[in-house]
Amino acid sequence: MATLTLSNVKKSFGKTDVIHGISISVEDGEFIVIVGPSGCGKSTLLRMVAGLETITSGDVQIDGRRVNDQEPMDRDIAMVFQNYALYPHMSVFDNMAYGLKIARTPRAEIEERVAHAAKLLQLETFLQRKPRELSGGQRQRVAMGRAIVRKPAVFLFDEPLSNLDAKLRVQMRLEIKALQRELGVTALYVTHDQVEAMTMADRMVVMNGGIADQVGEPLEVYANPATEFVAGFIGSPPTNFLSADILGRSGDTKVGVRPEHTRLSDSGSLRARAAYSEALGAETLVHLKCADGTQVTVRQDAASTIPQEGNEVGLDWDPANEMRFDPSGRRC
Amino acid sequence: MEKRVKFKGLWLPILLVLPQFLITAIFFFYPAGQAIWQSLFIPDPFGLSMQWVGLGNFEFLLADRYYRASFLTTAVFSILVTVVSMGVALYLAVLADRLVKGSGTYRTLLIWPYAVAPAVAGVLWLFMFNTRVGVVTWYLGLLGYDWNHVLNEGEAMGLVVVASAWGRISYNFLFFLAGLQAIPRSVIEAAAIDGAHFWTRFRTIVFPLLSPTTFFLLVVNIIYSFFETFGVIHTITSGGPQQATTILVYKVYADGFVGQDLGSSAAQSVILLAIVSLLTVIQFKYIERRVHY
Repeated sequence: MATLTLSNVKKSFGKTDVIHGISISVEDGEFIVIVGPSGCGKSTLLRMVAGLETITSGDVQIDGRRVNDQEPMDRDIAMVFQNYALYPHMSVFDNMAYGLKIARTPRAEIEERVAHAAKLLQLETFLQRKPRELSGGQRQRVAMGRAIVRKPAVFLFDEPLSNLDAKLRVQMRLEIKALQRELGVTALYVTHDQVEAMTMADRMVVMNGGIADQVGEPLEVYANPATEFVAGFIGSPPTNFLSADILGRSGDTKVGVRPEHTRLSDSGSLRARAAYSEALGAETLVHLKCADGTQVTVRQDAASTIPQEGNEVGLDWDPANEMRFDPSGRRC
Repeated sequence: MEKRVKFKGLWLPILLVLPQFLITAIFFFYPAGQAIWQSLFIPDPFGLSMQWVGLGNFEFLLADRYYRASFLTTAVFSILVTVVSMGVALYLAVLADRLVKGSGTYRTLLIWPYAVAPAVAGVLWLFMFNTRVGVVTWYLGLLGYDWNHVLNEGEAMGLVVVASAWGRISYNFLFFLAGLQAIPRSVIEAAAIDGAHFWTRFRTIVFPLLSPTTFFLLVVNIIYSFFETFGVIHTITSGGPQQATTILVYKVYADGFVGQDLGSSAAQSVILLAIVSLLTVIQFKYIERRVHY
């Protein structure tokens, strides 16, 4: 139970700046997801909070105390790694008990805490097994268990689900979120998967090239992206971007419209040719190409008519759903 | 997927196996067989006749005070060489593993001694510790210590151990470094977050994960110290003073080629062969159980 505050945190490797100053303030018990493409510095940011990377400048505070110069073990955090980082030569029990044993916790308490975590994660029957005898999902749970037993102030997750198959990922997503709520622990979760960010986050931080483009609640970020990058990164399929040229407008303002807000209509002034369509069952994604090569995607109900490939159609949208971006990518 | 080649005739497979078979036969089975055969005879001093003595050579050896002393010398010597060479190598490997800048240079320099032949290494150390003109001896003299491995048994043993272990450190270092770098970084980081300081991490995580490497090196180093250290001992002490550094393999040479007692020498080779086989079997049977793969 703790707050976590990052103030103007920067990181450089030699002369290369990786993180250009990030400030976030995380409330007690809040689940914050940091999302961004690979190489945006999100993992580095998490590792700085963990104490595995030095902080070039700025401050990291956990519960009001500055932890910049503290060792990872003194920061009262627990981390779940992408490859789980289980100790391969120890049983599941020993993996979870390792931190407690080092802290010289009494034997009875260790057993009680591990048993509690094992029950929470349905690992009770696996306690004597070695990690190599477990499936990917079970290993993931052990890594979670190792974090839980230590009762840390802050949970750190570094892409914990990216090594799991799609189905398990959806299941674990819900479990992690439920567990975090039940334990009421503050959590910082790094992922490149915008669906994970949308579904798990209380608030999310969208990172791009070492900068936090936007911090906000998932639906708020989705409805009101602050930059062109956020509009393109959050949401699947991504937002359609149209230049002023093709819309026949003056100036250099770019327009973004989400696929579900784009309508096919014969009266639409923007003309495009249907390239191909993907039928997903409940909906169909129609991909079109404008005269200048700009790709546009329209999300259609399965029941509605789908234009023939190669046919020219008009595109239309409610001006209220239009997002405008200046040449630097900022909302205007 | 099975990738098994099926040969039509019998000649090609025999031809393919032949080189390896010939090498093993000529350089191992033939001399080993000859040693066993010779160990049952006593040849006359001129090599003109051989007299059958059955196990007489063995009986004589096992009753021999000097031969039994040589067992103890070998045990002390090989334990010291193995511990020193592996210990120093592990220490250096741990340091090199933490190094970010200049690790290439560091590694290259550490590997060089491996290229020095044992006999040459022996001569190098002999020069440094020469009782009259040795550099180290001179400095020790300044400090008031009178180094003389020609007379002092302990100093002689120390010198051959250091000289034998020195070249071996490079080899062990390479394997330890590779073993250390095979341990995922995140496992170490997880332990650091779990509250383990460097030494605790080393004891509870790194060393157990390194155990396959350590086990392999243990077997290889003991065999090395039994046989390949001959050159070092021959150049530095010739087994002296008072047989203090006469390990089993050196005694095989000394009794056979210097003492001209070829029957006894052959019998010693057979005993040595049996000991090394036994040691290796024991190592694989008992120590390997404690290894985490």
